[in-house]
Amino acid sequence: MTAHTHSRLAVCPGCVTGSDTQVEPAPPTKVSLALSLPTIHCQACISKVERGLAKVPGVREARVNLTLKRAFVEAAPELHAADLIPVLNDLGYESHELDLATLNATASNQQGRDLAMRLAVAGFASMNVMLLSVSVWAGASDATRDMFHWISAAITIPAVAFAGQPFFKNAWAALRVRRLNMDVPIVLALLLALVTSLWETSLGGEHAYFDAALTLVFFLLVGRFLDQRTRAAARSAAEELAALEVPNAMRLDPKGNPQDVPVRALAVGDKILVRPGGRMPVDGEIIEGKSELDRSLLTGETVPVYAETGTIVSAGEVNLTGPLTILATAVGEDTSLHRMADLVAIAESGRSRYTSLADRAAKLYAPGVHILSALAFVGWYLYTFDLRTALNIAAAVLIITCPCALGLAVPAVTTAASGRLFKKGLLIKNATAMERLAVVDTVVFDKTGTLTAGTPELTNAELYSVKDLSIAFALAQGSEHPLARAIVKAAHGLNIEAAPITDLCEIPGFGTEGYVAGQRVRLGRAGWLGVDVVPGHLTSSYLDTGEGTPRVFTFVDRLRPGAHEAVSALQTAGKTVILMSGDNEAPVEHLAARLNIEHWHANALPLTKLQEINAMAAAGRTVLMVGDGLNDTAALTAAHVSVSPASALDAARVASDIVLLGQNLEPLADACRTAEQATRRIRENFRMATFYNVVAVPLAVAGLATPLIAALAMSLSSITVSLNALRLR
Amino acid sequence: MTVISYLIPISLLLGGVGLAGFLYTLKSRQYDDPEGDARRILNPDWDDHPKP
Repeated sequence: MTAHTHSRLAVCPGCVTGSDTQVEPAPPTKVSLALSLPTIHCQACISKVERGLAKVPGVREARVNLTLKRAFVEAAPELHAADLIPVLNDLGYESHELDLATLNATASNQQGRDLAMRLAVAGFASMNVMLLSVSVWAGASDATRDMFHWISAAITIPAVAFAGQPFFKNAWAALRVRRLNMDVPIVLALLLALVTSLWETSLGGEHAYFDAALTLVFFLLVGRFLDQRTRAAARSAAEELAALEVPNAMRLDPKGNPQDVPVRALAVGDKILVRPGGRMPVDGEIIEGKSELDRSLLTGETVPVYAETGTIVSAGEVNLTGPLTILATAVGEDTSLHRMADLVAIAESGRSRYTSLADRAAKLYAPGVHILSALAFVGWYLYTFDLRTALNIAAAVLIITCPCALGLAVPAVTTAASGRLFKKGLLIKNATAMERLAVVDTVVFDKTGTLTAGTPELTNAELYSVKDLSIAFALAQGSEHPLARAIVKAAHGLNIEAAPITDLCEIPGFGTEGYVAGQRVRLGRAGWLGVDVVPGHLTSSYLDTGEGTPRVFTFVDRLRPGAHEAVSALQTAGKTVILMSGDNEAPVEHLAARLNIEHWHANALPLTKLQEINAMAAAGRTVLMVGDGLNDTAALTAAHVSVSPASALDAARVASDIVLLGQNLEPLADACRTAEQATRRIRENFRMATFYNVVAVPLAVAGLATPLIAALAMSLSSITVSLNALRLR
Repeated sequence: MTVISYLIPISLLLGGVGLAGFLYTLKSRQYDDPEGDARRILNPDWDDHPKP
């Protein structure tokens, strides 16, 4: 998985700077394009989009998939997705380009279709055989019974051979490395049941377990199918998030003209233009331009740093104010982004130690069943010296104890629970994430981008007169800097009008300046305005109105919606909440106080975060890590379970088990509760399945089990287990 | 009772036709967009003649 992470790390949201030109390395005759259409919802939308796209010259075929909310377009090679986006915008639909290379849903689709096919065959065959069995149970005898048995055998053996393949493969894979899994007793039961039933049939005997063998395969395949569907849905949503980030960069050719190229085509020594708002695609050195850089995703610092010619930049940093030309010094796998991968690899080893509830149950269960059935065989053989009776009873024991309900116990619950969580905006990426989430007792939050939205908020507007604010507002309108935008937003909130300003211009890296009534006014860094930084302030900007000394505007990071509710709900649920950030002490302490978090760490390096998490794990705590930055990836991987918001870097999302799709953090506490409930249901299901076994096994061992009892026990336990899973809310 | 020697093969055959039909729909990817297909039937665009 690390190699996979590497190749995608450089894919960052900001690289979409140049989405206005070429996108796919075009094959000669036609290209396939994919667009995400989050707002389509009805048949009118389908035909509107399809007709609109078909009218675009060059489009050969356009087809909308409403389930996935995507449009797939086949077009002439000169057409690009960026040409289609404005067309869709005119039709009133928001659309985003998807990177088809990332979106390889075909593999999981193929697997799903394969399972559905086996399920259909098993279902068809088991219904037919069950009908024949019912007539046998109803009293068919002699030649009729034998004929029914032979017909059942003719249907069952090929059907099991085809439909049971996933189990045969898994069991063989486990046996080859000398381990037992849930599939080994299943396969043994199937084979033994078929062999004894064939033998019984050839001797004209009364009991044949063909129906039981087939029903078993059918119910188990239902479990597998549910499981596969849940995972495929999660994977497709996760892939869509990654595919939205088309990895492009602006390379300057020798004449100095910018060219839009994929990030993977960049080489050391290339000159790359990074526009304001864009993300550094590679490591490099600035050779032209002045600006400010947002390093929050890498280090957790919120305050932008000043950058000029000669400053070293790392892939993943965001350019804020002025265009920069950088000379690439490391590309792709060599960028500093990937150095983090070593830490991730170290952290990984901890994660793999977790065994799921199902595996733990299998570990207890598989040897138990084998021993029981072997004992029954030996006991009856010694008692009667009749191989046929002994084998029959051993087969009955295996069939009755076979983990039909156990196979459904976990997938039925996880399907129901992940469906619920998905509606709340949580995407469960990992199969065992839910179980691990249920046992969490400590929650560690990252600050920037996780608890805070990463956008600042003006705090001291009330100290200023309307006139000063209107000047600040006017100046702030000239910049895209986050602090300037915060001032604009605050001014809008206070209904302040911008002062009439002339010659407004932005000095990248410093601030903006202009003239109000002939007086030069400036808004920007303290150093530029010639004042000392007012100490103790978290994030600040300064205003020089030409009268008196420049004055300070202070900012705090705006909280992500639901942060308050999530933290207090987690604390109410008795979990320890810890704030761990790479930012400086003052803002971290301030935020901790605001959210009422007792424990906090500032200036945490990626390695420190990892060590802290490992120390907590060593102290016996189960940690949920919530983070979004590159500096969190190692900690995310090391934690017992991890969550990252959808706005996180791709690397962080890959490292975490659960992705939070919306802006709001509130579902987090809810998710913990749902997970706890789901785990409780899984345990109940195990207990129920065991209860059926406890009732039925003595009958089987005593030789009283008939195929009818086996069929009843199996169906009843499977149905109760599925119904119990549906009680989840 | 001889009637069952006709009826059983016939019922198996009919069931088999159903199974083959399902496998065909599965192979030709008719379950890729269940929601969209359910809506497309409401679309009057190709009521008079099939899509070219």
